[in-house]
Order: sequence, then C-alpha cells, then structure tokens
Amino acid sequence: MGYTMAEKILMKNTGLSHLAPGDLIMTRPDMCMVHDIYTPFVVQKLDEMKFRRLADPEKAVIFLDHLCPTNQATGDPRHYHKGHELSDRFGIRKLHAGEGISHTLMHEYRYALPGTVVVATDSHTPTYGGGGCFCTGIGYTEMAATLGSGEMWMKVPEAIRITVEGELPAGVYAKDIVLQVLKDLRSDGGTYKSLEYVGSTIDALDMSGRYTIANMSLEAGCKTALFAADQKTADYFDLPLEEIAWIHPDPDAHYVRELHYRAEELVPYLSCPQGVDNVHSIEEVQGTPLNEVYIGSCTNGSLEDMAVAARILQGHHVAPYLKLIIIPASIGIYRQCMRFGYIRTFVEAGAMVAHPCCGLCCGQPYGLMSDGEVVLGTNNRNFIGRMGTTKSLIYLSSPATAAASALTGVITDPRTMTAD
Amino acid sequence: MDAVFSGRIWKLPDDVDTDTIIPGRYGVLPSAEEMSRHCLEPLRPELAAAARPGDIFVAGKNFGCGSSREFAPACIAALGVRCIVAKSFARIFYRNGINNGMLLIETDDLYDRCEEGDLLTVEVNRCLKVNGQVIPIRQIPDNLFEIIKAGGLVPRYRALNEAAEAAEAIQKEVH
Repeated sequence: MGYTMAEKILMKNTGLSHLAPGDLIMTRPDMCMVHDIYTPFVVQKLDEMKFRRLADPEKAVIFLDHLCPTNQATGDPRHYHKGHELSDRFGIRKLHAGEGISHTLMHEYRYALPGTVVVATDSHTPTYGGGGCFCTGIGYTEMAATLGSGEMWMKVPEAIRITVEGELPAGVYAKDIVLQVLKDLRSDGGTYKSLEYVGSTIDALDMSGRYTIANMSLEAGCKTALFAADQKTADYFDLPLEEIAWIHPDPDAHYVRELHYRAEELVPYLSCPQGVDNVHSIEEVQGTPLNEVYIGSCTNGSLEDMAVAARILQGHHVAPYLKLIIIPASIGIYRQCMRFGYIRTFVEAGAMVAHPCCGLCCGQPYGLMSDGEVVLGTNNRNFIGRMGTTKSLIYLSSPATAAASALTGVITDPRTMTAD
Repeated sequence: MDAVFSGRIWKLPDDVDTDTIIPGRYGVLPSAEEMSRHCLEPLRPELAAAARPGDIFVAGKNFGCGSSREFAPACIAALGVRCIVAKSFARIFYRNGINNGMLLIETDDLYDRCEEGDLLTVEVNRCLKVNGQVIPIRQIPDNLFEIIKAGGLVPRYRALNEAAEAAEAIQKEVH
C-alpha cells in the first residue's frame, strides 16, 4: 500500500522504512521556531530541565513579531529581552526582530524547506506545508525539550485528501477554497489529521495561494496541511526539482476521508461572527456595513495579495469614515510593494499602511474594535474579542473581497470590480 | 515503571472529560497530590480514596476530552495510576499525559474483555494480558519510554543533564 505525504516525510525524517497512522515515532525536527510571546517560557523551561546548550543552535530561530512594536510598556519589552537572552545564552544566531511575521519569514528565509519536519510555538505553524514541509505547532515545554534534546515524539496522523479540479472564476481566490473547506470540515473536522491538497486547481496555484490554504487549514484542527512539491516549489526554494519531486502522495495512499470540489462552482466566501467555520457565501452577507478593513496577516499578507488589493484600490478612495489598514507580511514584501507602486496606490486610496508585523490579527498593537463595531479582515481567526472588545464583530475574507468592501463601506462582491 | 507490570483495573466510560477528572474549582489547590483526592469525583466519588498505586484505568473512547488543563493527567499520576488503556484519547490529554510520564495505550480490543477489579498485565511493546487473553499493542520508541519512565519531559531531561554535569565535574577533577 502507498503512503500519504505526511507518512513519506516522517519516514524520511526518522529513517523508518514503514509506518502507519497511530504509530508513535521519535522525530528529529530540522528547524524549531520560537516567537516573542513564548520566549520567556522557553528560557524558563530550558533552565528547569538544566539544559546548558542546545542539540543544534543552527536548527533554531527566534522571531519578534507579535509584540512589535511593543504595546504595553509594563510587559512586552520583557519578551524582547528574553528573546535576546535565548539567543545569547544558547548561541542561536537566527534572530529576526521587526522584519515581519514569523510564518511568512520561515519560508522566505528558506528555514522551512520542502520535505523537512519543522516545529514552532504557534498554532498557525502548518503554513509551511504550502511548500511541502511537515510542520506543526507545539507548547513551550515541548519546545524546550526539543531544542535541548534534538528530538520530539509524534503520533503519525491519519490523512484527509482534498481534491480541487478546474479553473477558479475571476474574483475567487485560494482563501475562498479554504473557507469552503472549513464550511464542510468545521472547526474540528481535521483534528490531528494531515490535510493533503491535490488536483489541477491546486497545481495551478502560486506559492502564496498554497501558503494561504495551509495556514488557514489549521482552523479545522489539523496537525499539518500538505501540498506536493512541483516546479513552482523548486523555483521558490531554488532547489533542483528532482531533489524534492518525491513529495507527493502515492496514488494508493490511504485516506480516512475525501473531499472533492469543482473550482468553477466556488464563489467568494466569508467567515462570519463568531466562528471560523460559520462560513457564508458573499450573496448571503453582502451589504453589511463595516467600520474597518484589515488587509495583511500570515494568511494573506503576500506580495500577490498586495497586488490584488492594489488593482482594486487603484484610482479610488476608501468609503467615508471607514478605516483601511494594510500590512505587508514581511519587510521584503514591503520593499517590493514600494517598487511596484502599491504603497503609493494604498496611501492615495486613503489606507493606513503599517510596518510588517502580526498587526491587529492578534489584538496588537493598534486598530482594535469597540462594542458593536464591525471589522472585515484577511486573517485567519474571528474568535470573540480577538480584534477588540467581546462585542465587536469580525468577518474574514480574501484580500479582493476586503479591498472591494473598503471602497464601498459595506461587504461587497469583488467579482463586480475585477471583471477586467 | 518496569517494562512488564500488573495492576488492578478501574473501568471508566466513553468521553471522560477533564472537568470530570478534576473539577475546575479544585484547580486552585496547591499541588497535584491534593487535587488527586478529588480525582474523578463527579463520576466515581469513591475512586480517589480506594485507588492504590499501580492501578490501571481502562476507558472507552475520547478519554480526557475538554480543556487543555495539564493537571488532569498530573492528578491521575499523583494517585499512582501511571497507565491508562483507552479506545482513544483526546488529542491534548494524550500529549500532556505522555509528557507528564503516563503510559497511554490505545486499543479497541481490551474494553469488552475485562471487568473492573481484574488484574491486567502490561508488557510494554508487546501485549496486554487479562483473564488468560493476550491482546497485542503498538510499539513505542525506546527513548520515548525513557521519558515516560522518568515521569515526563522535565524530570527526564533534568536528570540527564544533571548526570552529564556530574560526569563533566569528575572529568575536570581527574585532569
């Protein structure tokens, strides 16, 4: 019998010639990422376990991105100092502060490579699966143990195959695919599973679209979300295709569930207040008045996402009283946006363009909503109170839907604006 | 914990959640030992006082569902119960349990073949034995069993690092 992508990558990592879902295995992660929320706790646990050195400091990276710039003078700076302490005491040379969102930088910096195993202290770690990397979120105690010992145990996950065939209609994007999947799987339908995406629509997606889907697949509870490696993956990582071409599911791999979609049947979708799996089509919610729109995050802060927003905003102005906040996900993307004139387009359209960071997605450090206010974001979570008070309302959509809605002040179908 | 051990069975149903294992109001007690006196109180009020070290829980599906509270496995371990055999475990309990030094075994084949009070023998990496029946179980890697034996991630690595430091100190004295 054949193997899923998750099984293949775990076999390569462990050297085992066979494994099956439910097996307990000891992996040796190829990269471990800690971000600023958890730096104090990782240092504390390393000390409790009496680790004086790491198994391999080159396999560790620290990002300061969530609390950037600091929001609370009394607590946040400590997370920075502990990040520097972690780097200095344990010889971690990869430390990035203020360069953007960890999950985007993990693949931009080639830290999360195809066919490798990566762990990080963050739930949205499955992002790197867009590039064929088995990656999953862990807690800070396990992170300390993994950094110190070089090992982490895992249970081989069962897998769900998600097949998307055909050509996406104009105005419908990768985000809409994953919102449709969440509508069907619900927030627990992928628990501890590997979600494996295949089909002609998936093959046609650029890398940023694949990272969008892998990122938001976590909201179905998955352990990891994987895409096969192809020429686009090889080009993105500057690797020979033959080195990574093994990252694909075998035709006779076993899946516990299958989902099938026709791209032509998909429309723009939104996660509605308050739950990521409370997904509705644009027809059901268009016209809803908005106070704020946020374009950015590790889900949809890529250069391609900025280009979509710029095309829609070009030559127009945001609706009266509406706040539009745009945050390119990394400093590299920000520079490209300057080069292509997107920043000028955003500013002339009346947007507030902020430095690369997690932004208001994680309730930091600005743009938060008050009781009764409504925000439409391109991020991945609309838990109660995540972007403001518990009585503020959060919708989630693609950058196209978000940009179109920013111009009208109400939730708007981007297909009415991208007909060109 | 040895590679082969035996214990008396406590039988528990499907979907035992972490609020049943240790009700939230006891979360403020200062130690896992004190919490363990209330372990499973809503379901089996007599259990905590009657459980003996080495006893084994045999449960249905989805054991440990609900909140991620790490003191749910910790308070079971404080009773001296270090092994649970269930049809399945909730995801977070599973990781917390193993990382707190519990041997968690998933199998559908034991539950209907044993009664409460039966003596269960666990042969790690081999099988379960009860009432003359032998039930095969999955393998676990040796280094993972070392973590479980030591009582979890923190004691395991602390002991390893202390031993390495002691060895280094002796080396220095010798030279």
